[in-house]
Amino acid sequence: MDHISPVLWHFLIKWLTNFQLYPPEASKIAPQMDALYFFMVLVSLIGMTIVVLLLTSFSILYSKKRHPVAVQIEGSTMLEATWTIIPLGLFLIMFVWGALIYFRVYTPPANAMNIYVVGKQWMWKAEHPGGQHEINALHIPTGRPVQLTLISQDVFHSFSIPAFRVKREAIPGRYTSVWFEATEVGTYHLFCTQYCGTNHSAMIGDIVVLSPDDYKKWLNQSTNGMSLSQNGERLFASLSCSACHNGRPDARGPSLAGVYGTKLTLTNGQTTLADEAYLREAILNPSEHVTQGFSPIMPTYQGQISEDGVISLVEYIKGLNSNDRIEQTLNTTTLLPDGEGKAPSAVKKAAAGPTSATQGMVKQ
Amino acid sequence: MSTIVSLPDQSTATIPKVNFITKEHGILSWLLTGDHKRIAMLYLASITFFFAIGGALAGLIRLELLTPQSDLMATDTYNKVFTMHGVVMIFLFLVPSVPATLGNFLIPLMIGAKDLALPKINLLSWYLYVAGGILVLYTMAAGGVDTGWTFTVPLSTHYLNTNVLSTGIAIFIAGFSSIFTGLNFIVTIHKMRAPGMTWFRLPLFVWAHYAASILMVLGTPVLAIALVLVILERTMGIGVFDPLKGGDPILFQHLFWFYSHPAVYIMILPGMGVISEVISTFSRKRVFGYTAVAFSSVAIAVFGFFVWEHHMFIMGVSTYSTLVFSLLTMLVAVPSAIKIFNWTFTLYKGSITFETPMLYAFGFMGLFTIGGLTGVFLGTTGTDIHLTETYFIVAHFHFVMVGGMLMAFLSGIHFWWPKMTGRMYPEKISQLAALITFIGFNFTFFPQFILGTLGMPRRYAAYPAEFQVLNVFSTAGATILGVGYLLPILYLTWSLKYGEIAGSNPWQATGLEWQVQSPPLTENFAEIPIVDHDAYDYEWLEKKHEREAVTIVG
Repeated sequence: MDHISPVLWHFLIKWLTNFQLYPPEASKIAPQMDALYFFMVLVSLIGMTIVVLLLTSFSILYSKKRHPVAVQIEGSTMLEATWTIIPLGLFLIMFVWGALIYFRVYTPPANAMNIYVVGKQWMWKAEHPGGQHEINALHIPTGRPVQLTLISQDVFHSFSIPAFRVKREAIPGRYTSVWFEATEVGTYHLFCTQYCGTNHSAMIGDIVVLSPDDYKKWLNQSTNGMSLSQNGERLFASLSCSACHNGRPDARGPSLAGVYGTKLTLTNGQTTLADEAYLREAILNPSEHVTQGFSPIMPTYQGQISEDGVISLVEYIKGLNSNDRIEQTLNTTTLLPDGEGKAPSAVKKAAAGPTSATQGMVKQ
Repeated sequence: MSTIVSLPDQSTATIPKVNFITKEHGILSWLLTGDHKRIAMLYLASITFFFAIGGALAGLIRLELLTPQSDLMATDTYNKVFTMHGVVMIFLFLVPSVPATLGNFLIPLMIGAKDLALPKINLLSWYLYVAGGILVLYTMAAGGVDTGWTFTVPLSTHYLNTNVLSTGIAIFIAGFSSIFTGLNFIVTIHKMRAPGMTWFRLPLFVWAHYAASILMVLGTPVLAIALVLVILERTMGIGVFDPLKGGDPILFQHLFWFYSHPAVYIMILPGMGVISEVISTFSRKRVFGYTAVAFSSVAIAVFGFFVWEHHMFIMGVSTYSTLVFSLLTMLVAVPSAIKIFNWTFTLYKGSITFETPMLYAFGFMGLFTIGGLTGVFLGTTGTDIHLTETYFIVAHFHFVMVGGMLMAFLSGIHFWWPKMTGRMYPEKISQLAALITFIGFNFTFFPQFILGTLGMPRRYAAYPAEFQVLNVFSTAGATILGVGYLLPILYLTWSLKYGEIAGSNPWQATGLEWQVQSPPLTENFAEIPIVDHDAYDYEWLEKKHEREAVTIVG
């Protein structure tokens, strides 16, 4: 016993001092979800108590010793109705309450700042609009809605932050999104919760919530000098997108300036909203997304460009509101962005802040 | 303690000389039999074998999770172990457990028929099951498979080098065994009922099996199709699920869960049938609200087909479709609540005794209620976001499948053991086993609800150290649970030779199966009975005894 008891003791102490029933509430939605959760726990406890009380009291009152002859009863429509309607009513309350929270979690506000997250076996890559890259970590500020646009490079993954009560699958071939607003500074768990192969349980990381000031500092220290849309602009030129999508009257492809967020009519007559998912699809599967008035001559970029690259291109096209700079790149030999001064306003905003020479990866 | 057991005088009692076990001898008489009772016995032996394998794998999982690091085995091995645990337990144990053993044995007896409608198909279904089982064993010997029992694409089609094909084919084949069993039950219940056995005189066990059979026949083919597509995608790259070829991996989720959610009801409905019989017999009362219980089985089967998307709430499906599926999930929870309350009120003004089957039934009611209520947490879209894919969901379905179904299976096995073998199991030790199982079960799975709420993801070989204490509790509970399952295997085997002779109706139960000798004749009934009373008519049973007494005197 002598060498077993310290172990047990250790466990008991550990349990008593760290005992938790639910994770920290570190986002705006967390207390709301917990309220529903504890409502459901309460209903379950009451339901359980009723069932257990009935079972034990009937077992005692009508045991064969006390009650040797059973009284045959057919049933009771009143009682059937009672235990149909009351549970149904309670379940419906949970349904409505839950649906309200669900809609909140998956409907990002318009002013949310967007961070792209790419899942791959077995790591999470986060791409901030300012070009900061992180692996298995995500730095975010408090008090600001953050939208994550997720995609997977290979299999299904799931981006889970228990302390925020949010979770979203990262799926190959399509964007999904989720948003949250962190309220408490701290470091929280990031888990992949969709089984994804050998090192599934190692696909974890840290969500680092910083105060707005600290976050600004972190942004400045972590940038590699090129924002996502600047990188997108570089790709736009090097993949020769600009050869056709240059906005000239005789261009072979449609002008992309201001295309984001508009309704497009395709050659098959369908109208579609040009959102991130559409832009991604149109780059990788162009023949199925030909705008009316153009011929299907664009080659597919499937396999020639990584999900990260697509994200950069999408960010670039999203911020593109004139074709002036495309003209410039066509007329000059250099394909590199030539500094901040001449950047279009959207790009400029994304790349705001002094650029330090440190390279992007914060945590490898 | 008062009991209802009425055994014949043990000094003179004998097992009937002619019965389905002694009728023919030799291994071939078993392997080529068309007798539903013998096939049920074959199934019982084979599912017990696979339960032992699945249980051993569960033990390995719990041992690995004793410590936060992945130290007992490599992560790949762990992934294979939990995959095989799921595949074996679901497809080779839970799905066939009650229907293929108890259902097979009892449905013809309960409805007054000489056999199932299609005896050869019944035997074929067992052979298919065995073929599927052997392929699963081959898979294990050949290095296992690590897709998880859910076979998520594109992981299973493009990213793993393990034995996905043999596992897929194994489940495909075992699926047909399930389809044939369901088909056989439907035809039998429609066509072979004895004269006077109307639908509303059927025991609720038969109603539950009828509902489950419909699910088997309509749902399993969809799983088969999904698996064929996975196999074709993996071998030939047909691209149905591959986004690079214009396919959609979400489609697989729809196909897979279209079967795999109803599969949950395939597993639990027959168990609910067992509970109805047991509760009625040991409280000497007709089941409270017979029609409500019967129709709730049918309602579960119907609604059960339209809730599959609740497995996909966080997968980027349309937000509005989640509303529909969440609402339907709430509706399917109600019939289960109806059943629980009806069983509870069956006890009201009964005359209750507490033999082992009844203890397991009480265990079922408690654990299934918890399992059902926590299911509502997951069917509610808002809380599902936080709780899905964590240990909460693991705890939930183990409460339903192990706490519910396995308890019901053990309850049924003890209840009908005297009918199947002609001998009683030892009462005291089996009551102890029921208690151990209940305690061990709660110890194992209750901490997992808290783990899940804290956010511990499922299928993790390694986990953050802060979750260790609860995992240690869980593993400790699993050892107790293991003892609880080992005991019945031992004493039931013992009782085959040394158990007391049971006589035809030790429980004084009303079902037709109890009115014939134990073990029954190969043809079940010397002459087909004519049914003139409702199910659970204890007054009819008493009058029958009086009549028999008079006949003997006269």
